[in-house]
Amino acid sequence: MNPIIKVTDVVTRFGDNVIHDGVSLSVQKGEIYGLLGGSGSGKSTLMKEMIMLLQPASGEISVFDYDLNKISRMEAASLRRRWGVLFQQGALYSSLTVMENVAIRLKEYTKLPAELIREIVYMKINMVGLPDHAADLYPSELSGGMVKRASLARALAMDPRLLFLDEPTSGLDPVGAEEFDDLILELRDMLGLTVVMVTHDLDSIWTIVDRFAVLGDKKVIAEGTLNEVMQQPHPIIQQFFKGERGRLRSGYGK
Amino acid sequence: MELQQAQIQKVDVKTGTLIFECQGDWTVDTLQSAVQSLEGYSRTVRNSSIQWDVSAVGLVDSAGMMCFIYFQDLLKSQQCSIELSGASEEFEELYELLRPLVSEHTVSKPGVLSRIQAPFRHLGKATAAFWRDIAEFLSFVGENFVALVLSVRHPSSIRYSAIIKNIEDAGVRALPIVALTSFLIGVVIAYQGAVQLQKFGANIFIVDMIGISVTRELAPLITAIVVAGRTGSSYTAQLGAMKITEEINAMRTMGFEPHRFLVLPRIIALMLVLPLMIFFADIIGIAGGMVVSHLHLNISYSEFIHRLQDVLDIKHFWIGLGKGPFFAWLIAITGCFRGFQVSRNTESIGRYTTISVVNAIFLVIACDAVFSIVFTELGI
Repeated sequence: MNPIIKVTDVVTRFGDNVIHDGVSLSVQKGEIYGLLGGSGSGKSTLMKEMIMLLQPASGEISVFDYDLNKISRMEAASLRRRWGVLFQQGALYSSLTVMENVAIRLKEYTKLPAELIREIVYMKINMVGLPDHAADLYPSELSGGMVKRASLARALAMDPRLLFLDEPTSGLDPVGAEEFDDLILELRDMLGLTVVMVTHDLDSIWTIVDRFAVLGDKKVIAEGTLNEVMQQPHPIIQQFFKGERGRLRSGYGK
Repeated sequence: MELQQAQIQKVDVKTGTLIFECQGDWTVDTLQSAVQSLEGYSRTVRNSSIQWDVSAVGLVDSAGMMCFIYFQDLLKSQQCSIELSGASEEFEELYELLRPLVSEHTVSKPGVLSRIQAPFRHLGKATAAFWRDIAEFLSFVGENFVALVLSVRHPSSIRYSAIIKNIEDAGVRALPIVALTSFLIGVVIAYQGAVQLQKFGANIFIVDMIGISVTRELAPLITAIVVAGRTGSSYTAQLGAMKITEEINAMRTMGFEPHRFLVLPRIIALMLVLPLMIFFADIIGIAGGMVVSHLHLNISYSEFIHRLQDVLDIKHFWIGLGKGPFFAWLIAITGCFRGFQVSRNTESIGRYTTISVVNAIFLVIACDAVFSIVFTELGI
């Protein structure tokens, strides 16, 4: 089976600053795939390249078997309808209510009647664990956790097969972060999603991520399941998992 | 993988008994025609027992399932009984997962009465908002005055460097645009006047006209309007952005009173610099008129200046200059006030910046009108 996302030898430069120097990885259907790495290791940049916000200097990225370097306008448009993206700060449209934020793509891309769209939106809002009355609030009236949930509902509006999450649990308290992780797991099972998430939350890696890649030294220094990666002797990995926080977590086990 | 359009067909078995046969993929992209047929059926079908056959359905996503649930509920509310048949295991599973997420919520449509009331409600809200604005503005001015008094009692606490920086931003950097507009105003006045005065052979009176109108009215007004558009808006946007990023709250927690650190330097800087800019605009405006008089009316430069010294009382110049600080205060205080009103979303920066400029220009013109009346009554 072809991987959903395949990244081959990607090189990224900002001016003279090389971010990626031959990054390759692949994401399989139905898995929750983590992109890890320290600050500045280019994990968010890599995700932006996967969702066509940035173009790599060289190398190939294919998503759903479309080569992003050679993709036509129409294909790109249909691709964009098949994924959902959750941005780190939520990126909800501040002039629209939660209801309108979630409904915007349904209104724009489908010709469903307004009542059915409203029902779908309420269902998505309930699905991510927001109460009904949140639908009429503006993003500025929401708490941090609610913003994340609302923008997850927006990402799920078009029933995407593929979900990109940029640091979904950052800025949430431990309880909220755990709830959000459970939510993602539940939605993956419920809707058969493939999830790509940028994270450096060790708890998420332990509990929900199936496979992940660790970025460092401008390359992928390890890729695989948690156990596979932990075997790697690379100093960055050892530092990451054997550091104070990592040790604490492995003490409890999975 | 190509998705098939979702289809649904109604088969009448006998009166009051129907079969719905579904086909295709029920996903968000392919639902449309099935939804249209279902809408049609749900308008006519009443009191029937429906056998809903989903055995031929392909893929179903949450939107597709929602569509089943929605029309099922709609038909049930029209006294129909529904029996689902041929559901696959995945279909059942998805149904079980999503069914509890569909909540009871009533959407109330606005009635006729409330639609008639709507304009009055808006008017009332707008009026209340207007008075609230006035009250907030007065309390802002009061707070600012307290900060001023405290600063005057402790002159060392005045932020001199911030004042200097604001003078540069609001004054020095605005000189090119002020020069251009006032020069053009001088030119326009001279041209308009020249045509009329030539008819009477009263060419030389162009000097009186330009001298008095520019120094007393036009230079202060034009400069203030340019500054309101340029500096007033930037004050609102700067303070609004600081408020959104919580810089202002950060300052408060550190004991940096925003009025002392942000508002007073801006107001003082603008009050100092606007009269100087008006003086500058006076010179350029009169120069503009002088050039046109020379080219159009054959009044030489030395003749113009000689006449100007005779007819232009110094009081006109001082009146024009004296308006400067008043205009400056109005522009700076509305700019800062609106900046502090910006709420948490980014859109409101734009809204309040617009409001601030409109308010500032209106207030400047209104203030100028008051000055005109007062000076005329006083005979100055």
